[in-house]
Amino acid sequence: MKNVDILIIGGGPAGLAAGLSAKRNGVENVLILERDKCLGGILNQCIHNGFGLHTFKEELTGPEYADRYVTMVNTEAVPYMLNTMVCDISVADDGDKIVTAMNKENGMMKIKASAVILAMGCRERPRGALSIPGSRPAGIFSAGTAQYYVNMEGRMPGKKIVILGSGDIGLIMARRLKLEGAEVLCVAEIRPKSGGLKRHIVQCLEDFDIPLYLNTTVTCIHGKSRVEGVTLSQVDENMNHIKGTEKFVECDTLLLSCGLIPENELTTAAGASMDPKTGGPVVDSTLQCSIPGLFACGNVLHVHELVDHVSAEAERAGAFAANYVKGR
Amino acid sequence: MVKTVERDVELTCIRCPKGCALTVHVNPDNTATVTGNSCPKGEEYGRTEVLNPVRTVTSSVRIAGTKNGVVSVKTKGDIPKGKIFECMDALKGISVEAPVKIGDVIIENVADTGIDVVATANFE
Amino acid sequence: MSRYDVVIVGAGVTGCAIARELARGQRNIAVLEKNADICEGTSKANSGIVHAGYDAKEGTLKAKLNVRGNEMMEELSKKLDFPFRRNGSLVLCFNEEDLPKLEVLKDRGEKNGVKGIRILTPAEVWEMEPNITKDLAGALFAPTGGIVCPFGMTEAFAENASVNGVDFYFEKEVTSIEKTADGFKVICWNEIYETKAVINAAGVFADEIHNMVSDKKLKIVPRRGQYNLLDKKCGDFVDKTIFQLPSKLGKGILVTPTVHGNLLVGPTAEDLDDKTDTDTTAEGMSKVFKEAALSAPDINKKMVITSFSGLRAHFDESGPGDFLIEELDKAPGFFDVAGIESPGLSAAPAIGQYVAEMVNRRFPVPDRIGFVESRKGIPNMANASDEERESLIKQNPLFANVICRCEFVTEGEIVEAIDRPVGARTLDGIKRRTRAGMGRCQSGFCQPKVLEILERELNTDRGNVCKSGSGSEVLKGFTKEDSL
Repeated sequence: MKNVDILIIGGGPAGLAAGLSAKRNGVENVLILERDKCLGGILNQCIHNGFGLHTFKEELTGPEYADRYVTMVNTEAVPYMLNTMVCDISVADDGDKIVTAMNKENGMMKIKASAVILAMGCRERPRGALSIPGSRPAGIFSAGTAQYYVNMEGRMPGKKIVILGSGDIGLIMARRLKLEGAEVLCVAEIRPKSGGLKRHIVQCLEDFDIPLYLNTTVTCIHGKSRVEGVTLSQVDENMNHIKGTEKFVECDTLLLSCGLIPENELTTAAGASMDPKTGGPVVDSTLQCSIPGLFACGNVLHVHELVDHVSAEAERAGAFAANYVKGR
Repeated sequence: MVKTVERDVELTCIRCPKGCALTVHVNPDNTATVTGNSCPKGEEYGRTEVLNPVRTVTSSVRIAGTKNGVVSVKTKGDIPKGKIFECMDALKGISVEAPVKIGDVIIENVADTGIDVVATANFE
Repeated sequence: MSRYDVVIVGAGVTGCAIARELARGQRNIAVLEKNADICEGTSKANSGIVHAGYDAKEGTLKAKLNVRGNEMMEELSKKLDFPFRRNGSLVLCFNEEDLPKLEVLKDRGEKNGVKGIRILTPAEVWEMEPNITKDLAGALFAPTGGIVCPFGMTEAFAENASVNGVDFYFEKEVTSIEKTADGFKVICWNEIYETKAVINAAGVFADEIHNMVSDKKLKIVPRRGQYNLLDKKCGDFVDKTIFQLPSKLGKGILVTPTVHGNLLVGPTAEDLDDKTDTDTTAEGMSKVFKEAALSAPDINKKMVITSFSGLRAHFDESGPGDFLIEELDKAPGFFDVAGIESPGLSAAPAIGQYVAEMVNRRFPVPDRIGFVESRKGIPNMANASDEERESLIKQNPLFANVICRCEFVTEGEIVEAIDRPVGARTLDGIKRRTRAGMGRCQSGFCQPKVLEILERELNTDRGNVCKSGSGSEVLKGFTKEDSL
């Protein structure tokens, strides 16, 4: 069994900052596990700018922001393993964490760690699609999936697009798709106010005359093989749809952007107490979960507005975890 | 001196999440007075956004010889808002040879803006 | 032109079960399916229940084949390696005055040969199932009731049939059938399949296939059933399949665990005109929950991960009211296997045997030498122990690459699903065979990766990869190819 002092799960912005900080705080034997083929996490597909004003005092794109940290991790020789999936976390009698992980080279691995930092990030709330009646043809994507196709593969998810939900990824994708040649017909938001940053409303919608319909949702998806249109309806203050306000919009794609939730499978599997408000674990002032030696930072803890805040929090988590290890 | 119509423009500042409600008064001499801001950044934002709105454009270009390989790019600085689509047009059909490094110039002086388009990711 | 001994129309669970049984004989068999994959019609969207067999009237084919199918299921699920669990079922009775109806069901079950059924008091039910309503008069308990993976069973039949020489053809819609001197010409637009025998296993379209050769017209009314599928977090909310005694309110909504550990509630029963209308409706989805709450009031609606609907092949009033499985007098060699609604999934293995016996009597052939009886399914990393995982990864490192995080499905499993006989060609095909995309994120994360694997394994461009059949391509071209 491999032994480490601090194991960090996730090599995105949180995991990288936590790993660096743990090492800078005097713990040499750290290890970052990343399930993807490269470090940087979701930042790699966030090619828009607006990152880093707090951390680096300049405006960077997602991949550039990630690269700053990856460079530091490489320079300061923080060890990491790519293509490695963590399957389970358990707590041994002596309080050490036993992390089960796997990859192609090593098969199944058991890693014993004095402290573990959870930094798995978040995922898109899938709920948007569930309550929409109608058919389930091709052409329904979460905004993040569409972002992957467009930014990582240069492929279009569709050409005539309706976006449901005005979360930031949805707004950003409205602009990206428009710039890459699609018609973006509208963004529908069921609430009376957009959940996205004002900056994105201005620069992603208003700049391109893409209408934002508030108090509006999709009440039916049409099309057998491919989306052929959606029905938009207005909703009242209880979010019940108002009969008679239905409007058919012809489109070939529906993007769902209904917000983000912490990726909490491993957190719950480890047995940490969860906070129903944030969807992440309950932590104390040292970012420690209900299980001693288990720390959490970044979007796995709660969804942050800015990556700069994620990095700052992760830096603290790395330092707290280092203190914990040194104090044992 | 450029003469312009005196007017008020209402804006929400987007320089930080605070979102101050700005009023930009455009004077006849094409200068602007900003009120409602709580910091100097807000004043600068209001003035620029009304008199000379600019944007950073981000997109991607294909890696030559691959089917799905792309590398992300951006305008190295802000370009006039009105030039966004011209910039996108210039990126059409461009493909670059790997390897690409962050900061590599992809297009010089895009759409005659004086601004270069540069890579924002590494591609090996 | 292709020449066969038997052409089976339809690659649902019935058609595939028949194909496998017929393949025991030395004959050439083709299965023609109008969709791009097996299991695309009624077989893919149903309750996944193996009924005990007390529902159908004694003496009917439904009763006989249900009970026999149920008896066969356990051994078959081991032999063909598909998920099945004999979890038992309960029929709840909410009113004292309806209790005699439970007795009627019990009597019928006993006459049908269902073993071990008995009537329980409410206290006995609550001990078994603490989440069942307190407004309960009693229940019928059938220990032989079970749950099965409908996709898994259909795949198992199809794969095993294919290994034993059956040819499967997809996106072949039968447009007409002509009688010939010694059989039939089955025509799919511009392609002709000549055959001695035709088996009509076309599900909701079985009336149309039948009517191509018979003047005695049949009419199937697609009966839509809408379901809500809940997160695995509530998979143990009930252990048994919970039915309701049919009442004034209708046939009732069932609540059941699935064999994969989700909770399923449904279905509605709506008679439609359109045989392709598998839309869900707001009314249907809320009705399902409202009526399910009669059985178990505390079902957590917020845990829904998806809604879906399926169509049952229900005969109109002029129809037989039973499975119609017979050779046509006027068209010898043409066998109807029509009206296969519930308990069709439970009966499928028995239908396969029953039809094979009919065909064998008419067209006897020697046994196929070297018939392969059993089949091993795609390895399942999610349920494997650490040791099993280790050994799978040693055999093939692709088993270490998790593609679907929600359901823990690896690249190894997905590649197998594509490379197997009657392999997956579509996203939905991958999803049904491996569960990739079936979890709580409903494919948000894994879809691009699955597309990439399909592209590579099928040696195509990912732009051609479809969700289900042609016209359902996932992607629409490249960035920057349209004028702005």
